This record gives sequence, structure tokens and C-alpha cells, in this order.
Amino acid sequence: MYKILKKRILAPDICLMEVSAPRVASSAQPGQFLIVRVGEKGERVPLTICDYNPVAGSVTIVTQRVGASSRKIYALDEGESFSDFVGPLGLPSEFIHEDEESLRNKKYLFVAGGLGTAPVYPQVKYLHQKGAHVEVIIGAKTKDLVIMEEEMKQVAEKVYVCTDDGSYGFKGLVTAKLKELMESGNTYHQAVAIGPMIMMKFVTLTAKEYNLPLIVSLNTLMVDGTGMCGACRVTVDGKTKFACVDGPEFDAYQVDFDEAMRRQTMYKPQEAEADHKCKIGLKNG
Amino acid sequence: MDKKTRIPVREQDPIARSRNFEEVSYGYDHKEALLEASRCIQCKNPRCVAACPVTIQIPQFIKAVLDNDLPGAASIIGKDSSLPAVCGRVCPQESQCEGACIMGIKHEPIAIGKLERYVADWARKNKYTPEETIKPNGKKVAVIGSGPAGLACATDLAKAGCDVTIFEALHKPGGVLVYGIPEFRLPKEEVVDYEIDQVRKLGVKIECNVVVGRTVTIDQLMDNEGFHAVFVGSGAGLPKFLGIPGENLNGVVSANEFLTRSNLMGAYAPDSDTPIYVGRRVAVVGGGNVAMDAARTALRLGAEVTIVYRRTRKEMPARVEEVHHAEEEGVVFQMLTNPVAVLGNEKGWVTGLKCIRMELGEPDESGRRRPVEIPGSEFDIPCDVAVIALGTSSNPLIAKTTPGLEINRHNGIVANEKGVTSRPGVFAGGDVVTGAATVILAMGAGREAAKSILEYLGV
Repeated sequence: MYKILKKRILAPDICLMEVSAPRVASSAQPGQFLIVRVGEKGERVPLTICDYNPVAGSVTIVTQRVGASSRKIYALDEGESFSDFVGPLGLPSEFIHEDEESLRNKKYLFVAGGLGTAPVYPQVKYLHQKGAHVEVIIGAKTKDLVIMEEEMKQVAEKVYVCTDDGSYGFKGLVTAKLKELMESGNTYHQAVAIGPMIMMKFVTLTAKEYNLPLIVSLNTLMVDGTGMCGACRVTVDGKTKFACVDGPEFDAYQVDFDEAMRRQTMYKPQEAEADHKCKIGLKNG
Repeated sequence: MDKKTRIPVREQDPIARSRNFEEVSYGYDHKEALLEASRCIQCKNPRCVAACPVTIQIPQFIKAVLDNDLPGAASIIGKDSSLPAVCGRVCPQESQCEGACIMGIKHEPIAIGKLERYVADWARKNKYTPEETIKPNGKKVAVIGSGPAGLACATDLAKAGCDVTIFEALHKPGGVLVYGIPEFRLPKEEVVDYEIDQVRKLGVKIECNVVVGRTVTIDQLMDNEGFHAVFVGSGAGLPKFLGIPGENLNGVVSANEFLTRSNLMGAYAPDSDTPIYVGRRVAVVGGGNVAMDAARTALRLGAEVTIVYRRTRKEMPARVEEVHHAEEEGVVFQMLTNPVAVLGNEKGWVTGLKCIRMELGEPDESGRRRPVEIPGSEFDIPCDVAVIALGTSSNPLIAKTTPGLEINRHNGIVANEKGVTSRPGVFAGGDVVTGAATVILAMGAGREAAKSILEYLGV
């Protein structure tokens, strides 16, 4: 069992949990994810890793209450435990293979949508520690749903908050902010977008106008998360890839987003019936 | 009594069982088992034992059954197999022990599998566990994967006194026994969980949720956690697809996904949180045991099911019994048929398989006649879900993260018949070495590797 050491509400229906999982904590790297399960009848739910502390043996996750399975997760309190907590899964971000010398001269732009802010955090933190220059766009529907702004400011040179309704920060979508930054002459060696599939698709279209290299992290359906089931297959550069073992990060320009979005809806009718509208924390922006 | 024919085994009615997940075969009762045991002629030089991958002393255990000494029979089997109730149910006996049975030359072979199941079920129901005296030898061994290979290896190592920990990637131990083989062929709680608990009783620890290659590497296990040797029995978990247009349409799933949802996640039961979808019509592509399992699962979930196979029934790799059961239950077979495309609607959902008729040509390298397309014979098989059951290959995760571990072109780990790999202290066996095979062959490989590990450790 994997005990919840701390729980904190970040926004309405969004909570952060620090979970005791020493093995995951000591091997997690930026870009990877994990799978949790609550109870004997529970689903295997893929979640992004928000932070990890190998010394304390803890891993931080952020989750949003949107359907049956995420409600079960959200309902857990401090002191209670996950039945299962397995990871890290997937490949780490490419940049962990770069040496500090090269990272020190690099400028990164992250585009985080909603809950996608959580997995962006460990990447920004890592790059910041290696001396890279990092800027972050955080997008949310409204002010209440902006998460981790303060934490992000500690590790990023600049943080641009956008809200759809203009209740906080820049009024508009992350793509509008991205456009503004590019139009005003900013340049970046690499951009990374993590958020709902539809957001990543449009960030890709915008980034393309500026030939900005872009990585996206795909939150597909999954069962085992180890390459066994193929539920997570996506078409990248015309070839079928498994997001769980070949990803979750891919070159945005090679991803067939329309197929990926369509595949995410595969169990929608069953989920609506069982009232689990969503099994992946990243879906809501 | 006519000793030429075997005692038939009672089964659930085909129509009734095609709508439930309870076990198909009821197994022998005491009287039936005695009668069947009396058919064995107790060969001095038993061919059945030589044909058993784990060399169970078959005539001896059958003799014990006949003498009404069921504890004795259970102990004899227990010396060589830690999963007798599993093997009695899922082994392809017809091509192993029973295939070699001398009675089979002129008459029907002894129903060795059914007798093994009878003994194992008796032991479980009567809580009989053979005594084991274990003397610790101070050696720590890590076993990766809790499927048949890992369990068999761990059992022999534990009996020899090793301190064994099994690392399992999923949340439940058992490997293919829990995620692959359905409840109606192999009851999970009653049979699989019990036999795994028996392995635990030998002192074997099982740590779930550890994906070796991600959560921890083999080098870390050996360098930081003090394991003196490692056995890799991680199986062949990677699904193969057809590589035809439309394969990523919604509703096209691998048999692994379909069966994992139903078996491991319990999606066949209404109280599971994991969804599964069959629609009205399901097409299953493939002719192996996994294809039969997927087809029969879909049937039980309420679908009309068609199996699409490119050769004929004779070439089907599935066990005769499984094909027979599927047919009895109402699965339709489209033989000499090969899908060339998956058809879909405007919403991106599968609507059918575009297929072409085949005929058998010259034998290929496997000795089976190669199926050849008949030009112009295309036709459609409508379906709401297509399950692809074309086999699996090894997961490359461990090989990729273990420097010095040689792999073959199928990503399988290279190991000899004794389980020795290119890395000292690292042994491997089962599907990860051979590609997808059977439960019992994996167990045999696990036992061979256990011998090599004990030799390597000098105990």
C-alpha cells in the first residue's frame, strides 16, 4: 500500500497528493508518468508525475475529479493509501541526455494547459537546476483553475498566465499568448506543450508558423502501461507507436492528433453509463 | 469396463456456458478418477514422463490415485510442479504426456491432465500441502515476472534454500494466468491465487508494481539490493498487429487488451471500474489459444463472434479442445480468410473487416502449407469490434536496460536450454526467450534455470 503523506486542494476539484512510494521516487525522471489504482475493483489510472523526492521516498501527483475513477482518487485523505502505485513509466524527456554545458545555453518555452501544468513542473525544475533559461505559459479556463503558479515562478525565468475568460493574467488561449511571444521577437531552442489533446493540436499548428521545434506529451488511454495492451497506440510519422513505452513524449509535428483525439473517446459511452467521464487526469483544460 | 476408451469428463452445457464465466469443465469425481486411473498400464519405461516438460512422475501419481492415497499422489506431483491445478487445466496434454501415452497408439490415451487436476483440486479442497523441509543457504535470488516460468523457478530455488523475491510489473501476480487465460478455463481466486499462495508458503516473497527496467534495473538489484543471481521470466507481452489500413480505428483492440480488461481488471463483471466493449458483432483474427479465449470471452459478453483465420482448421495452433469448445458454444469460423483492411465509419469506428479468400499452396518453413490469396475473392465481414490475436513478442524493456544481455532479432533474450544468458548471474527462460509458447514449457524452462542458478551459486 502506498500512503498519502500530504493532500492539498489546489483549485476546485483539483488536488495535490504526496504519496509514499520509495521505488518510484528514486527512479522517476522528468517526462515520465505512473499508474495508480484505488480498491480491488479499481481501474488502472495513468497520472502524470508532478514532483519526486528520492530522499523522502515520496512522489507528488495532481489529479482532477471528473469521473468515477478520479473521484475515487480525489476522495482519498491524508493517511489513507493507494492500492497500487506503479512507475515511473514511459521514456524520460530527451533533454535529460544533454550535458549541462549544452543546456546552459538553451532557451525553453513550456506551454501548460490546465492539469498539464503538473507534469510541466518537474521538467522546468530539472532544466532550471541545469542552468537552462525556461519560460512557461500556463493556461486555464478561469482564475480559480490556475495551479502551481507560485511553484513555477521559483524555477522559471518568466511565467505567463492566461485565462480563457480573462479573470486573471492574459485574456485568451495559450496559442494567442504563444503567438504574441513569437511576434514580439522571442526565440526559443525548444518548446514543450502538455495539456488536453485539443490544446496540443492547436499549439502545434501555431508553433509551426514560426518553425518552433515542439514536443508534446500524449495522454492516451492505457491499461497496463508497460507495452502489453496497445490501447495507447498513436500514429507518429505514419507509424504506429505505443505512447506508454515509445512515449509519452513525441515530436509534435509527426503526431496524428485527430486520430489520437478520436481514440481517447473509445470508451466514452461505457464511461458515461458508469459515470466515469474521464480516466486520465489531463483531459480537462 | 472397456479400458480402451477414456472416462468422459462432465462439462457445462454449451448453450448455458456461452452466457456465463463459470468453469466449462467440471473435472472428474472420485469414482471417475479411480476408473480412469485403472486404465493406466504402469509402463516400466513411461513415455509420458519423458514428454512432460517438468517430468512429473505420472505412473507413480496415477498408482497413488488408484491406491486411494491422494496425499501421496499430491506429494508426487508437488515434487515437480508448483501449479498442478493450473496445468491439469491448461496444458496441451494431447501433444505432451497424453500424446506419448502408449495406450494412445491403439486406443485412447490416459486422461493424465484430468487426473492431475483431480489430485490438485482434492489437495486444495482438503488443504493438503506436502511437507517441505527447507534449509536456508544464504543466497538471494531475484525472479522477474510472476508467470509460470518465474513461479516454477522460484519454487525450486526456495525449496533449495534460497531467499527468493519475485518482482511483478502488474498489480496482481500470475502473469498470463491472470491477465490472459479467462476465468471459464482457469478460475482465478479458487485455483490461481491458491497455487500462488502455495509458492508464497515456501518463503517466496512477491513484490508487485515493480516494472524492472523502469522502477529498478537488474544492475541495481544485484549491486544495491544484494541479489546474487537474477532469473528473467518476463514473458512475451508485446502484441502483434496486422499492419493493414484502418487498424487504429476505434473498436480495434489487441487480444492482450481485450483479455486484460476482462481477466485482470475483471471487466466482465458489472462491479468493475474498467470498461470493456463488444457491441453486437465481434470478429477475432487469429487461430491460436488466445484467439479462442478472446472469442469465447466476447461470446459470454453477449456478442455474435466470428473467428477469421487464414489457413484451415488443421493448421490452427489452438488446442483441439479449445476449438471444439468454441464451436460448441456457437463461435463461427471463417477459415482460409485473411483481413486486408479494417473498414470504418465517418466517426472513426470499425464497421467490418475487408477480407480475401485464401487457398493452401506449398509448405513454408514451418512445414505448414502457405496460404495464398485467391484474386478477386474479396468480401466484407461486418463487426463492431475487431480483436487482433496474432501472437505476441518479447517486451524489450529489460533487455534494453541491462547492458551485456544479448538479445535476438525478435527482442527475445538469448539463453541456452539451461537458461544461461550472456550476462554472468543473469538467467532467463520461458516466453521471453522462446517467444509465445505454453504455460508448461515456460515452467520447464524456469526449472532448468533454477538448476543452473543453484550451480552458479555453488549450493
